[in-house]
Amino acid sequence: MRESGKKLPLGKQLLYQALALLIAFTVIFPVLWLVSLSLDPRDIARPTEFRLIPPGLSLDAYRRVLDRPTANPVTFTELALNQLKLAGGVCVLSVLLGIFAAYSFSRFEYKGRAGLMLSVLTVLILPSVATLAPLFVMLNRINIDFGPLQFNLRNSLWGVGLALTSSQLPFAIWNLKGYLDTIPRELEEAALIDGASPNQLFFKIIMPMATPVLAVTAFFGFNAGWTEFVTSWMFLSDPKDFTLAMSLWNMTGQWSGDTPWSAFAAMALMVAAPVAIVYLLLQKYIVSGLTIGSVK
Amino acid sequence: MTSEAIPIASPGQPSPFQRWWRRTTRKRAAYAYLIPAFLVMAIITFYPIAYQFWMSFTDYDIGNLRVGSEAPAWVGFKNYLDIFSGDLSRLIPNFSFWRTLAFNLVWTFTNVPVHIVIGVLIAVLLNTEGLRFKRFYRAIYVLPIILPTLVIATGWRNMYDANYGAINQSLAAIGGLFNIPAGVFRIRWFQSLSPPFKWFLPGMPLPLSYYAMLIANIWLGWPFMTIVATGALQSIPKDLYEAASIDGASPRQQFWNITVPLLRPAMVPAAVYGITLTFNLFNFIYFMSGGGPLRQTDILVTTAFNLVNAQRLYGMAAAFSVIVFIVLGALTLFTNWMTRATERYDI
Repeated sequence: MRESGKKLPLGKQLLYQALALLIAFTVIFPVLWLVSLSLDPRDIARPTEFRLIPPGLSLDAYRRVLDRPTANPVTFTELALNQLKLAGGVCVLSVLLGIFAAYSFSRFEYKGRAGLMLSVLTVLILPSVATLAPLFVMLNRINIDFGPLQFNLRNSLWGVGLALTSSQLPFAIWNLKGYLDTIPRELEEAALIDGASPNQLFFKIIMPMATPVLAVTAFFGFNAGWTEFVTSWMFLSDPKDFTLAMSLWNMTGQWSGDTPWSAFAAMALMVAAPVAIVYLLLQKYIVSGLTIGSVK
Repeated sequence: MTSEAIPIASPGQPSPFQRWWRRTTRKRAAYAYLIPAFLVMAIITFYPIAYQFWMSFTDYDIGNLRVGSEAPAWVGFKNYLDIFSGDLSRLIPNFSFWRTLAFNLVWTFTNVPVHIVIGVLIAVLLNTEGLRFKRFYRAIYVLPIILPTLVIATGWRNMYDANYGAINQSLAAIGGLFNIPAGVFRIRWFQSLSPPFKWFLPGMPLPLSYYAMLIANIWLGWPFMTIVATGALQSIPKDLYEAASIDGASPRQQFWNITVPLLRPAMVPAAVYGITLTFNLFNFIYFMSGGGPLRQTDILVTTAFNLVNAQRLYGMAAAFSVIVFIVLGALTLFTNWMTRATERYDI
């Protein structure tokens, strides 16, 4: 399809193209740098010269990262699996609990509704770091002793998952509620006259119409779990429970001499890839599905 | 009402219980839908927050962690006083609540306006009629949004590395064209102590690491503003511009009198979102400068994490988190006021 309307004079067209390309270059540069480092066959321990195009290509860094990304005896797959458990758990729990509460807030009038909504909004402004101290000491006191399952709740992915859900659920409720508020009520009113119950309205009308926002909220929950660092870094001590985010920080190196540059770049790209791809697929919905800005 | 009342209904006449049951269907449904989420939140959100409030008045530390260990001592407002007065700097060198708060505000309110200005300008550029390859550029410009900030922050941290980072190396490569020795560009972005622009905030000169993170965060921040501005630009009717140019308005006048006022309703919520996000941008500060040098670039959330994670001062961290909560509440009131103040502005 051709752009309609006026044609741009050639001089302006070229100037604007140059400008747009320059911006595109600054945007891509950090990613190009990571890609270039990760594919460099020389496997430079300390890159001392700047080259965006490495001499030849090699997937060696990726192979090493998949095999053993950090000094701990865990493979990339194990780390990814831990991260996946967190992300999946937070995603499912927050959307499942969130959509029910959002329906209640959006479609019913009852005593205490305003107060309860305010309580959700209030915890929404708290970043997860700000509730770390009580969650740590509370979960630390709970030792699970159930047959073969024996662990300290704080020092486990379960505990991290609970802490994460605690900060993700208010977001899910509020984001879902914001979207449900925008769904016109005519359909429900018609169904109500036909004698539909609140449950039928929810499952037959609301749920299908809320599919985009459900997908987006689920994605945000997944993303929060996939990139979670603070809680897992604080809670977990057994390398078997470690996550991708923790390992990436371990590879960053406190001192520049220790950074395994090629492996770090490969790891960073592999951590980013899944959420980046899903983000692109959902992009159409994300702007309309993110209603958090429209607090009414 | 007891359960024995249920079976006695005759077809024509519903029992009082049935009538009550039917009348309250919606009300019961409302609460039933709410209960699962609030039960979970009561245990893992509201109770911890209440517990935190109690903790903030105690000297809860690593010795009180174990089951069966003695309860922490009640110390009243001591934690709060230590934080506000700076007495905490005896335990944590260079700790200063007021400087951290001030830096946090400066960090937020220097970042977001730049994001908005650059974001709007690029959106206007991309919205130019007749510009080719718009879709290509739009596809590229979302890159910073789709990458996790964890990856962005660690990546930029390494790009800023004094010896092996891409920034210093490309600066050296450019400098080489002008015969500047490469040694000049061993810039220690996150460690350098001398503030590069002393005239900016004379009372609290900002270290180089602030500017390094500002650049990285501009890279991260403007594309979101461009997306929002593009959506708003496309909904401005074209005849407005046509009418204006017939009346002899210059492109500059059209920008200030049509584009800017019509963008405002979309940009204000985006600004609010940006302010909240930037104020708590833990990943950037923690992974890039780590608050350094000398805690000069610490923000509230990174300080809170340091208190609980590195120092293990749980009671102190709780008090600090309560303060953070109050600060964020005030910030939210401010952004709400901002939204309402601009809503009244009719266009």
